[in-house]
Amino acid sequence: MQLSREALLKAYRQMKTIRLFEERLHDEIALGEIAGFTHLYAGQEACAVGVCEHLGPKDYIISTHRGHGHCIAKGCDVIDMMKEIYGSRDGLCKGKGGSMHIADVNVGMLGANGIVGAGAPIAVGAGITAKSNGTVSIAFSGDGACNQGTTFEAMNMAVVLKLPVIFVFENNHYSEHTGEAYAVGAESMTARAAAFGMKAIKADGIDFFSVYDAMRELIDHCKAGNGPASIELDCERFYGHFEGDPQRYRGKGELERIREERDAIRTFRQKVTEAKLLDHGDLDAVDAEVAALIDRAVAESKAATRPTAADVTQDVYISY
Amino acid sequence: MASKMIRDVIRDTIDAEMARDDSLIMLGEDIVGGNGAPGGPEAIGGIWGTSGGLWAKYGPDRVIDTPISESAIIGAAAGAALTGKRAIAEIMFADFIGVCMDQIWNQVAKFRYMFGGKSRCPITIRMPYGAGYNAAPQHSQVIHQFVTAMPGLKVVMPTTPADTKGLLAQSIRDDDPVIFLEHKALYAVKGEVPDEDYVIPFGHARQVTQGDDITILATGMMVGFAEKAAADLAQDGIGCDLLDLRTTSPLDEEAILDSVERTGRLLIVDEAPPRCSLATDLSALVAGKAFSSLKAPIEMVTPPHSPVPFARELESAYLPSPEKIVAAAVRLMSYRKV
Repeated sequence: MQLSREALLKAYRQMKTIRLFEERLHDEIALGEIAGFTHLYAGQEACAVGVCEHLGPKDYIISTHRGHGHCIAKGCDVIDMMKEIYGSRDGLCKGKGGSMHIADVNVGMLGANGIVGAGAPIAVGAGITAKSNGTVSIAFSGDGACNQGTTFEAMNMAVVLKLPVIFVFENNHYSEHTGEAYAVGAESMTARAAAFGMKAIKADGIDFFSVYDAMRELIDHCKAGNGPASIELDCERFYGHFEGDPQRYRGKGELERIREERDAIRTFRQKVTEAKLLDHGDLDAVDAEVAALIDRAVAESKAATRPTAADVTQDVYISY
Repeated sequence: MASKMIRDVIRDTIDAEMARDDSLIMLGEDIVGGNGAPGGPEAIGGIWGTSGGLWAKYGPDRVIDTPISESAIIGAAAGAALTGKRAIAEIMFADFIGVCMDQIWNQVAKFRYMFGGKSRCPITIRMPYGAGYNAAPQHSQVIHQFVTAMPGLKVVMPTTPADTKGLLAQSIRDDDPVIFLEHKALYAVKGEVPDEDYVIPFGHARQVTQGDDITILATGMMVGFAEKAAADLAQDGIGCDLLDLRTTSPLDEEAILDSVERTGRLLIVDEAPPRCSLATDLSALVAGKAFSSLKAPIEMVTPPHSPVPFARELESAYLPSPEKIVAAAVRLMSYRKV
């Protein structure tokens, strides 16, 4: 733990923003306020933030269908994100993408993605650019995407071309509604990634510091010209695969247990207060500030401009 | 002005564009060839001879030989293009689109739209396509009908060396994703190519022959077949207005409708099987917008609803031919309303 007080507060603020963003969405969706499919990231905050706190705007990430956390961690505007999820014309993607396609290329966020496993090949391409810029490219995937052939192709090509790409596998133990123990045929995702010929490690995905420290090592490894690397993050999904998922595949008491024992926000608070790096007052102040931001985001989204039929055919091409 | 084969025009145009724009990269299987092998790099230079010498000139960071991984080729080109590069991806046979369709259809074609118009993905996906080589069902197909149906993509099908140069330069410089389809049977076609730098804008058909009796619409290898048929028909006094569409997306609707309004007869030659194809699409366009001009039902010369067969006799029977086009033209001219 060598982070400054400011850096710790920023990391906490990012994690708390993700948590409250998702909890609020859960409530608003239940009220019928939001259209379409939404996949919440709550529970996995330490993964996105532990990775992205190392990155600048010229580092790239590509995300998944469960992408809100990665977007917030990489610096997408939270209010514009909320407007996008509400389908507003003022949203980050003008209401054309919604929850599953939030992107902001200007901050190096190359998109959430509705196709499981589609991101890793694109991250390889961003890795080509990153190699020429001295930056890195991150492919976020889950334990579902890790079984897609596209992910295998991407890992092999990144090794062959020695690209600075880091494959981050967030293992929340469920690919949609099927357990990792069934669907991942390998001994582990880490063993599989190592077999492709890259440095492959694990970290505790509910502990920001575990993720952050491991990523420092991998980013240094990639920037030194050693080719790609992989990290598997053991984490928990606090909600279902999608909002409305009855989660019949969960064990009895499982959700209560992971919320009690495997909470990334609580873990962070406990570590920094015990080490006397921050006190509860500092953290409570961040909580209040973030809650106000989310309230504002929802209020502004509900009042934001709706798109019109004339918008349907805009932005298909640059020129046609 | 020099006389060149289409395959050399492609190589030379890529060379000129690489020299012109440092951000341009290209990726594909065996576009260098020989890496990791005793024969050494540049043993191949692309199996179609379209990238020879480029690796030596621009280096491995810009001319990127890839494993056989079509999804990763398209994804890598797309990711590079999204982050500031300009990219050419070669898919060795267009038939292999089946293993990278998601990256083309759900990713490349939709980025700009899904991201609210805030991204650009300047990528040219080059795909050698088409029958005529007895290459059997998985190495002989056309795919323009699929990609033309996908909003977000532009689709280019050059047929002459001079057009290849101008259309490829435009494709590479275009800020939207372009599918550039190279007919395998046309690689050795030779013709005059202007020396100076030029681009041919998309959406402008090429008038191949002029005539007042029948409008013929064709793309790719079908243009040459139709040109031969038109020459035969001219001997019998039937004048054909033959348009090489050049790009199927965007489509030169104006040239098509102007011609049909003048001739009153339409014959479409398409290398795709007949269902949900370019031929049916063009037919619907004309039936909807120039119905009152038509003097006869629209004729479509296409392969049957069948895969492309292997044996010489079968492939010949499958493909449209100048003779089949002439026969359709005669049917059109002899049609009388009952």
